[in-house]
Amino acid sequence: MPALVVENLSKEFGGIHAVSGVTFSVEPGERLAIIGPNGAGKTTLFQLLSGMITPTAGRITAFGKDITKLPAHQRAALGLGRTFQITNLFVNLTVLENTLLALEASGMTRYNLIRPMSSYRQLIGKAEEVLNEWGLWKRRDTAVRNLSYGEQRQLEIVLTLSQKRPLLLLDEPTCGLSPEEAQSFVSMIRGFSRDYTVLLIDHDMDVIFDIAEKVMVLHYGELLVFGTPDEVRQNAQVQEIYMGTDE
Amino acid sequence: MMKTTRSLGIPALLIIILGILPLIVPPYYTGLLTLMFIYALFAMSLDILQGYTGLASLGHAAFFGTAAYVAGILNVKVFHGPHLGTELVSGVVAAALTAAILGLIVLRSTGVYLLMILMASSMMLWGIAFKWRSLAGGDDGLPGILRPDLVFMHVDLKQTTDFYYFIFFFFVVGTALMYLVVRSSFGHTLLGIRESESRMKALGYNTWLQKYIAFIVSAAFAGLAGVLLAYYNGFVSPAELHLVNSAEVLIMVILGGVGTLFGPAIGAGIIILIKNIVSGYTEHWMIILGAVYMATVVAAPRGVYRLIESLVKGKSQEEEKSNQ
Amino acid sequence: MDFAITQTINGVVFGMLLFLLAAGLTIILGTMKIVNLAHGSYYLLGGYIGYTVAQRTHSFILACLAGATMGILGMIAYKTVLSKKFARDELAQVLLTFGMLMIISDVCRWVWGGSPLAIPKPDLLAGTIYLGAIVFPLYRLAVIIIGLLILAFVWWFQEKTKYGAIVRAGVDDEEMSQGVGINISLVKTLIFSMGALLAGFAGVIGGPFVGLSTGLDMDILLLAIIVVIIGGMGSLKGALVGALLIGLIDSFGKSLLPELSIFTLFFAMVIVLAIKPGGLFGAK
Repeated sequence: MPALVVENLSKEFGGIHAVSGVTFSVEPGERLAIIGPNGAGKTTLFQLLSGMITPTAGRITAFGKDITKLPAHQRAALGLGRTFQITNLFVNLTVLENTLLALEASGMTRYNLIRPMSSYRQLIGKAEEVLNEWGLWKRRDTAVRNLSYGEQRQLEIVLTLSQKRPLLLLDEPTCGLSPEEAQSFVSMIRGFSRDYTVLLIDHDMDVIFDIAEKVMVLHYGELLVFGTPDEVRQNAQVQEIYMGTDE
Repeated sequence: MMKTTRSLGIPALLIIILGILPLIVPPYYTGLLTLMFIYALFAMSLDILQGYTGLASLGHAAFFGTAAYVAGILNVKVFHGPHLGTELVSGVVAAALTAAILGLIVLRSTGVYLLMILMASSMMLWGIAFKWRSLAGGDDGLPGILRPDLVFMHVDLKQTTDFYYFIFFFFVVGTALMYLVVRSSFGHTLLGIRESESRMKALGYNTWLQKYIAFIVSAAFAGLAGVLLAYYNGFVSPAELHLVNSAEVLIMVILGGVGTLFGPAIGAGIIILIKNIVSGYTEHWMIILGAVYMATVVAAPRGVYRLIESLVKGKSQEEEKSNQ
Repeated sequence: MDFAITQTINGVVFGMLLFLLAAGLTIILGTMKIVNLAHGSYYLLGGYIGYTVAQRTHSFILACLAGATMGILGMIAYKTVLSKKFARDELAQVLLTFGMLMIISDVCRWVWGGSPLAIPKPDLLAGTIYLGAIVFPLYRLAVIIIGLLILAFVWWFQEKTKYGAIVRAGVDDEEMSQGVGINISLVKTLIFSMGALLAGFAGVIGGPFVGLSTGLDMDILLLAIIVVIIGGMGSLKGALVGALLIGLIDSFGKSLLPELSIFTLFFAMVIVLAIKPGGLFGAK
């Protein structure tokens, strides 16, 4: 059973076809990279998959379940995790508070009106573990808006990964990271067990070819090519599109 | 170490001061303080919605007034006398129920829309109270509400001082409960919704449900304040449901400091004080109050509480520097 | 049947009045994103000033012009307060404009007292006209015509001028507008002033049948807001449809179900929002 099946997915915004008839499937444990020029519809595709916007047509199936009509939070509960291209954090809250929100999301603590957040030792312990992996624990009491851009991008990833959801949509995760940080991120993804299925949008071709087993090229909302990295690299149309762009 | 003693110290100190005040100040001010406590509860309840969940409302009077009316009607028309337990619980439940029903309709809207829809909802209730003579007394209001009979406690609530401590008790309990809620894990999720609802959804939170619960909880505390007002005034009028009341409590929150919980209590105190004192000197208190509102936006844009906080922080930073 | 026609015309007349308010408010609220709780205050103050001018000069036209001077007050309010940095936040706007409402309300009561006043109709329009078998005040029909003229003007401004294009584009894109060679802050000031002007003007022409009294500023603000919510913020079409709808409901409601009149308005709003959360012609 594929982890994700997308059939004929389309999204139209008042005449503009942001995503048009996209069809593909992803096997469990697979690493799929999505590339394409700016405006090709990559982030819109993620918005559709995660449930932030509703499609004009098409169907999405995750882990065998039709999720096309499900609201975003139920898709997350089913096992879908996502990072945002434009950093989407709880800006006025501290790093620790941000992380706790990610960890609190499953289970009933979120409905507990009485017990103070500070008393959840276990959750805080988990947060410490997770943040330490990224060297962010020492910044735990800093408000996110006071973090450097790179640190914010790191936290963006931390929030999603800490939830351990099996189907991950990562939208330009290395954007804003230093080369070393990007490299350790790549190693981390490569080190992921096959319990995780990863869909990755990125512009950094090194990252793409390091991680991806399959690559999907979007152009003006349409699926142009779907294949192995080599197949895509050798595709004439793809070369035409990318001629003149760096990397 | 220092921090814990200090954070417990200030509330304890305040409780002691507020507890002694009626013994020092003239009865007029005791009565005024009593009113401040009631509006402080009202304002703090709105802060849960406004400051912590991020849902601006110009219709919070709906819950305040509904509870006041329910308690008043029970007191005057049903029991023909005070029944503290029933009236209090009924008022709070009525407010919560109103929010439960209203929430189903309005919480799909956001931002300015929500602000206006809540305003219209409260005015609708005002319109009902204004016209309903038989039950609610119409635009004349409902007089004759008697304060609870606590003879067994050797307390006469008709006395200003005794009534002060009665209300003060509810003020402390109400504030403590609201403080628990905003510091709880649920309260924590409200902050998340305020900061980024989309992120919360992506993390798996049913944000509509969290907002709904916050809405009802906030309304319940507003209802508590409403019942207490009914006892304070001895009557209820449609004004309790009017936009002016909603706007004033919203302004108390903004003036005090959105999202600080205690700030709105201070804001309530300031506005009640100014209103009552200024109106003693001139009938044009509205001009002065209006000017004060406008000046606050320029002088203390983040509210009085944060202003005090930054002054205190600045002072302690200076102390640290000079100690080094 | 006669009843229905009379109520319909009354509803349309009141709707036209509401349109004058809602047109400005929907743009100010929806496009400029300013919460202006003092919008009804321009109506009341404009009306009162028109009243005094009418008393002194016996000229209805001068009274109308006097009411239109609210445009100047609106301009001052915008330039000195609402366009500043501290007024960016919507909560700050609530505080500021509610403060304005309180000040203007008190000034009105101070100068003109709390008892209801009415502006006398202009002699030219004081008569009645026969519509079939129904007798109808000429003045009210004139209000409809004036309303339509203003509707035409506002539509022309919105659709045909470059200023209107900016409004339609959302007023916010400073870079783009500067590229086209338009001073965006001037446009914003102009729009806000026009909203206030229309409101003040409405106060005067509404003077003969709605009257002027303490508390009207808030009552009419509430109605205008309901219109804007139903019609959809930022939509002039919505303002017109919403205004007519509310005018008709108000008219029929007051005569058929006087006890529930405000309830019916709210009910209408709830139904519209249940179907279209952004209003009839709003975004979403």
